[in-house]
Amino acid sequence: MGDGKFVLELLVSGLLVGVLYALVALGFVLIYKASDVFNFAQGAMTFVAALALVSLAPGLGWVGAVVVTVALMGLIAVGVERLVLRPLVGQPHLSLAVATLGLGFVLEGLAQLVWGTQPKRLDLGLPPQPFQVAGIFVGRADLLSAVVAAVLVLGLVWFFQRTKVGLALRAVADDHEAALAMGIRLKTVWSVVWALSGMVALVAGVVWGHRLGVHFAVSLVAFKALPVLIIGGIDSVPGAIVAGLLVGAGESLAEGLVGPYVGRGIQDVFAYLLALVFLLIRPHGLFGREIIERV
Amino acid sequence: MVYREAGIYHTTYAQDARLFPLPADRLGIALLLGAAVVVAPLLGEYWLRGILIPFLVYGLAALGLNLVTGYAGLLSLGQAAFMAVGAYTAAILYGRYGVPVPLSLLAAGLMGALVGAAAGAPSLRIKGLYLAVATLCAQFLIVWTIQRVPWISGGVYATLNIPPVRLGPWVLDSPAEQYYLALVVVAGLTVFALNLVRTRVGRAWQAIREQDVSAAIVGVSLLRYKLLAFAASSFYAGVAGALVVFSWYGAANIEEFNLLNSIRILGMVVIGGMGSVLGSFLGAAFVTLLPIFVSVILHAVAKATGGAVTTDVVANLEHVLFGGLIILFLAVEPLGLAHLWKRLKDRLRLWPFPYY
Repeated sequence: MGDGKFVLELLVSGLLVGVLYALVALGFVLIYKASDVFNFAQGAMTFVAALALVSLAPGLGWVGAVVVTVALMGLIAVGVERLVLRPLVGQPHLSLAVATLGLGFVLEGLAQLVWGTQPKRLDLGLPPQPFQVAGIFVGRADLLSAVVAAVLVLGLVWFFQRTKVGLALRAVADDHEAALAMGIRLKTVWSVVWALSGMVALVAGVVWGHRLGVHFAVSLVAFKALPVLIIGGIDSVPGAIVAGLLVGAGESLAEGLVGPYVGRGIQDVFAYLLALVFLLIRPHGLFGREIIERV
Repeated sequence: MVYREAGIYHTTYAQDARLFPLPADRLGIALLLGAAVVVAPLLGEYWLRGILIPFLVYGLAALGLNLVTGYAGLLSLGQAAFMAVGAYTAAILYGRYGVPVPLSLLAAGLMGALVGAAAGAPSLRIKGLYLAVATLCAQFLIVWTIQRVPWISGGVYATLNIPPVRLGPWVLDSPAEQYYLALVVVAGLTVFALNLVRTRVGRAWQAIREQDVSAAIVGVSLLRYKLLAFAASSFYAGVAGALVVFSWYGAANIEEFNLLNSIRILGMVVIGGMGSVLGSFLGAAFVTLLPIFVSVILHAVAKATGGAVTTDVVANLEHVLFGGLIILFLAVEPLGLAHLWKRLKDRLRLWPFPYY
């Protein structure tokens, strides 16, 4: 207890879990930036993507399953834009947020109607024995997920900075009306950004499902991404990543070092405690823009 | 013609200020109460324990949430946790210390109000979605605390059983008696809420909902009224939680108060009608009956086609319908079932004539 190696191991395993939080939070941030919608259904999307992939893989092979799942997420994005966002244009933000809560129920219910409620194993065929780096054990799958997440984030950065669609997304995030005046189609942008967020959900779902199996609990991860969002700043991509890692490492350390004294399970609430502190002291988070009205 | 407003004159202030100024409304309420007192207990145990008591309990919780979300415009995702506070307060006071039931109910409400006001304290600095996340944090922290502190939860399963409920000389052990306890409490608190929302406090909440800056400018103290909204809302939740213990389960069980239930209660408010006391109950009735409808219809379909229905299918279909209805109501009828009812009344005022 308390020696350096133990702390380091806690830190590494925490950081790897943090990658997952960061991925889910990233999906939130993308949608929030482009459409000002707080998407409570991100967890459900993660779950749907993972469930679709696992269920389709035996019939279509991994490549086929990935293609179909990506297409499915695109379809969901277009459907959401048509059936949820468009009818609610001009309603208060809270209505939209509550609507995404409903959307989460719909997606989860539909996915489970189609593919069943049984928990499924997601096996990527990696050997189970962990790497040993400088005396610290690191799971192969965890390492792979960290690499995939890094690639995904770099890809997104490239997409936002170097492509025309990415430019349009940044313009919309900055100012809806100015973007409209420049001839950017808001409806297309919303579909694109929900589809992108669906892709992020797919990656997060695969990584998470590989750790814990694919079942209903995956969508609950999303609720841990909410404090991550608050800590990082609700409209900041780097914020989501840093805060995700911070929360992952923090809760792992808290569980390992403080947990034995206050009773186990502190990792379940660590993120929420930290988020409450941030809400009271620094509501815009670490990297968010400070545009909160104080009332 | 059916629902007349014309020709009714108020000659005293008392008449003008009464809760239901129209004779038609008073007749309707009297019939409803009569049915609730006389007819409902005859329906049998399944109806009482399976539908009516849950409806009353969740109706009360939804009414509380409607005060803070519908009237004051502050989104809260922690209503089920405030119910848990009330449930455990009641179970500990009554089960462990033998405090009489009415006092336990009151204490459960007050404890809920205290915790709710504390959870709503961030609303003084933040609003909108940030506040929603703060209440979400409160939901998780409260449930976690109850589970982890053995003095509150009585062990790992966080289930507190209580002895048979005694109220003076009576032992409330039949479903009808438990139903009457819930009915009396809910009816009393509903009348209180109906009056509360048309007093200075209720008007202040609505002013904050419409435009908080303007409300502050005309002299509404945001600090006081936002905290009051949270306190009142969680008072109702606390009493509802205590009723779960006294009238429904006979125990406080933490599983009953998770985030999913908070969202369900929010769904009741959205479907029933934000900013409407009636809407809270309409929404609660709708959401309570939804799984039963789904199950009955699915079984009928299965019988006709010779297929089989699993509980999974029923649960998932209910999920889809619940979520879909939330979206549908937000898009098509943001004021919910209560507004549909109001439009029906407007129609009945003139019907069968095109106009007076």
